[in-house]
Amino acid sequence: MNLFVADVMSGRHNRRDLFRRAAALGISATVAGGLINRAAAQDATPSSLTGDLEIFSWWTSPGEAPALEALFTEYKKRNPGVNVINAAVAGGGGGPAQAVLQTRLQGSNPPDSWQSHPGHELIDQYVDAGYTETVTDIYASEGLDKAVPQGLIDQCSKDGQQYLVPVGVHRGNGLWYNKDVVGKAGVTVGDTMTQEEFMAALDKLKSAGVTGLAIGDKDSFVDAQTFENHLLGALGPDKWVALFSGDAAWDDQEVKDVMTSFTKLLDYVNSDHSALSWSDATAMIIEGKAAFNTMGDWAYGEFVAKNVVDKMGWVSYPGSDGSFVLVVDGFTKPKGAPDMDNAIAWLKSCSSVDAQAAFNPLKGSIPARTDVPTDGFSEYHKWSIASFAKDHLVGSAAHGLATSPAFKQAFYDAAIAFVTDKDVDTFATTLADAAKA
Amino acid sequence: MATLTTAATAERADVGVRRRRGFGERWLSPALLSPSIVAMFIFVYGFIAFTFWVSISNWKTNRRDLSISDPTFKTYDSLFNQTRFQIDLRNTLVFTVLFLIMAVFAGLALALLLDRHVMGSNLFRSIFLFPYAISFITTGVVWRWIFNPETGVNALFDQTGLNDALAKAGVGPLKPGWITDPSVVWQVNGALEKIFPWADVIKAHLGIPVAMIPVVIAATWQLSGFAMAMYLAGLGTIPGEIKEAALVDGASDWRAYKDIIIPLLKPITISTMIILGHVSLKIFDLIYAMSGKGPGFATDVPGIFVYDKLFGAQQYNLGSAASIVMLVLVSLVIVPYLWRQLKEL
Amino acid sequence: MAVDLSGIHAARPRQKRSFGNIVVFVLLVLAALFYVAPVYVMIINGLKDKSYMTLSDMWKLPRDLSGGGFGYAWDALRPYLLNSLQMAIPATIGSSLIGAVNGYLLSKWKFRGSDILFSLVLFGMFIPYQSILVPLIVTLQKFGLYGKWYGLTIVHIIYGIPITTLIFRNYFSNIPSELIEAARIDGAGLIKIFWQIMLPLGLPAFVVVGIFQFTNIWNDFLFGVTVVFSPSAQPVTVALNNLQGTQSVDWTVVMAGAAIAAAPTMIIYVLLGKFFIRGLLAGSMKG
Repeated sequence: MNLFVADVMSGRHNRRDLFRRAAALGISATVAGGLINRAAAQDATPSSLTGDLEIFSWWTSPGEAPALEALFTEYKKRNPGVNVINAAVAGGGGGPAQAVLQTRLQGSNPPDSWQSHPGHELIDQYVDAGYTETVTDIYASEGLDKAVPQGLIDQCSKDGQQYLVPVGVHRGNGLWYNKDVVGKAGVTVGDTMTQEEFMAALDKLKSAGVTGLAIGDKDSFVDAQTFENHLLGALGPDKWVALFSGDAAWDDQEVKDVMTSFTKLLDYVNSDHSALSWSDATAMIIEGKAAFNTMGDWAYGEFVAKNVVDKMGWVSYPGSDGSFVLVVDGFTKPKGAPDMDNAIAWLKSCSSVDAQAAFNPLKGSIPARTDVPTDGFSEYHKWSIASFAKDHLVGSAAHGLATSPAFKQAFYDAAIAFVTDKDVDTFATTLADAAKA
Repeated sequence: MATLTTAATAERADVGVRRRRGFGERWLSPALLSPSIVAMFIFVYGFIAFTFWVSISNWKTNRRDLSISDPTFKTYDSLFNQTRFQIDLRNTLVFTVLFLIMAVFAGLALALLLDRHVMGSNLFRSIFLFPYAISFITTGVVWRWIFNPETGVNALFDQTGLNDALAKAGVGPLKPGWITDPSVVWQVNGALEKIFPWADVIKAHLGIPVAMIPVVIAATWQLSGFAMAMYLAGLGTIPGEIKEAALVDGASDWRAYKDIIIPLLKPITISTMIILGHVSLKIFDLIYAMSGKGPGFATDVPGIFVYDKLFGAQQYNLGSAASIVMLVLVSLVIVPYLWRQLKEL
Repeated sequence: MAVDLSGIHAARPRQKRSFGNIVVFVLLVLAALFYVAPVYVMIINGLKDKSYMTLSDMWKLPRDLSGGGFGYAWDALRPYLLNSLQMAIPATIGSSLIGAVNGYLLSKWKFRGSDILFSLVLFGMFIPYQSILVPLIVTLQKFGLYGKWYGLTIVHIIYGIPITTLIFRNYFSNIPSELIEAARIDGAGLIKIFWQIMLPLGLPAFVVVGIFQFTNIWNDFLFGVTVVFSPSAQPVTVALNNLQGTQSVDWTVVMAGAAIAAAPTMIIYVLLGKFFIRGLLAGSMKG
């Protein structure tokens, strides 16, 4: 192995040679690839690219900006002559950032790269509309085709071509809880939880006078996300995917039964949910005012900020163990980018092990590549990384991966109405109609 | 001033130099106005026309498609059938009416109080005026905290002991749901359907959404200072003699105001209501930051609907149709006012 | 030639019945509490440190005066404050001047159809801005104004024309036409009359329009974020929005930032409030 490493570092051989040598030595392709990439990055002379690089994202807050900076730092290491412009605007899904991005694209004035979720958000909004170019060659040259799980690659592809370089992966189907609050009410949470156990736990908490489930749905996506998790837990990934891809009917009795069980869940929710943003609800379990909170794992950053990581526990949303709901961030290759070479260099930089190793711990997500060393990550993230590597990957509908933007918006609206009027038939019909549209 | 004019005329008349009315200058007026007119035609009417075209087109994804849809007004049909949009129209009506009443009332009341010129009136006047200076986005967030049932006003009720006192009196603690309350009171759907059988196509609950009330309070806080300024100016033009006369005649303060002064302020009331009315019909920032769409869309308004459909769902034709509807609503208020203006001058 | 407005001031009612005045004073204090409360919340929460700031304590004073979110917010916002100033001051002056010219012409130099033109101009005040974003961008691009800070200035000037025209037209209508007649007899032309008579006379209206426009332009977010996409040129409202992340919020920084961003307009209101009223008084909004 040492000889091999020395060989790689020497830079004398090309990649194909090195891979052959690795195979001969019995070194796995993944490890070899990682070493070779690393060496390539360290070894590669900084490029002579100049000009600007304008990156558009919605990572602006004190919790997100440092992660973006880490990506910029890696890029500048490789391309010191380029001036990096951070064109971030707060307000991701449907907020001001989208308004700016859509207007720019309509005005034929794209940035050099922009942040996007894979799945329908990528394909419907950008690929079909002709705003992006393929990055299949980058997948090959940077080893993404081997390092990223096939389930995620599929989300980034259309007709066999890839269009997005994924950087960080968030898990959507999580359930967090305050260990003290839960313990005091006599509830035990194991490694997994069924929906029956969950309802029983919520009941016990209610009798103890504690709010069982904290929800903050002033933010549009929350009701939809909570429902999609519940649906996944009840139906399993295959039926779930079929529903969102239009291959199964929303007004099936089976689905309606799940909707009814969801209404029972609402009995244990805090009454002021419509005035709270999602992070306010997470704050509730941090402060011990509620027991459970279901939210994607960007909520983890809240625990870190308030220093309560060891007081919090987690589990897959009841029933959804074995599935991983993807909420992934990546970057695109725009058609007609102002500085195409710099843009390509950006995508290559973000694909690298180093960039992903630096970005993800700061962002609170896990790398899209499976060959990034895991030592820098927390307990929770290690758990998530393991799940990512083996579980059934499904794209979130609430975050635009599994459905078109129009359906996603209709889904939000329908979920908001459903949480208030608890009318299962209307909910089912609305979703069925939206799926047909 | 009149003296000056006559004197000048008298002098000049002697000299006999009379410049003819600048006949050559008659073209100057329209010419100088033309840049503004052209700008309006492009940036207002041109854009409205484009928006209208999009609203009857097939453009409903990110790929621009300006072909006309068939049937032409299909998008409008689907727009009015959407429960959410029906709710939005109801909300706009409720908000506008409540807001205008409260803002005008508050503005008038404050102006009348300030007109007494008690100690510190200048400071008070500044205090009442400067909410207008702060951006809606910021005040929206603060008002959201204030009207969150777990904190804000309700917390004050607890912390000041008010709720304890009420509980002792048997009336129970005061803890309204404010912006989280999804109920719609005084619903008239039933009555309406008895009169118009086709009214069952209205899926929205036609009543007053309780959650809208805190929003009205927030908007009043922000804009009543403007109404107050208008009324202060108006009160300033009522000669002191009239007020004196009314009071001397033995009328109590209240009657003096009611029968004499307030009617004199009618033109200002109308202007204020027009200007505030158009703000309320287009309102977006404040609600977006404060309560969002609210439980069951209780505080949703067309402005937010347009935003969601244009940039969230990228259904450009639907969003544009909603914009045109907003424009028509505003026109219903403005056109009579403009007509009046034209007639008067 | 300054118009003497002092005679129109309300004569002070005699200070009789001080009980009535006490009631008025108490009412004013109560009202003031209501009006100050949100600003109070904004400022004290901006001063808190994020480790102990929670919603349930929102009314409580900060524990110390270490500045809370103000340090971070000031650093983050400072360059953008300059951007806003650079953009808003010319925009305010520009739209005021154009409004003054338009108002003058439409009230004193009417021609056939000028009233209809006025209505057409006024109508522009009422369009919802979300819906015209896309055609606006495309048009700005054609004129090479997209993305530039002065493009934003021009957008604000254009969309300010209706309201400024309205205010000036109303104001100038109240100025007796004999003044114009006299000047014409003296040999002054349309333009000279404007410079030498109407502009000075129009000072109160300029105050009203200036304050109005500056506030609207300073607080605008939608145009600021879409017309100027380059972060170095964006106004302070966009920077303020960016202090709130999509996935995590530090309220102390946001509130402090809001207070900082509102400071210029608040200062103007405090200093010029009296002139604002005087300007309205002089007929800027009659009818």
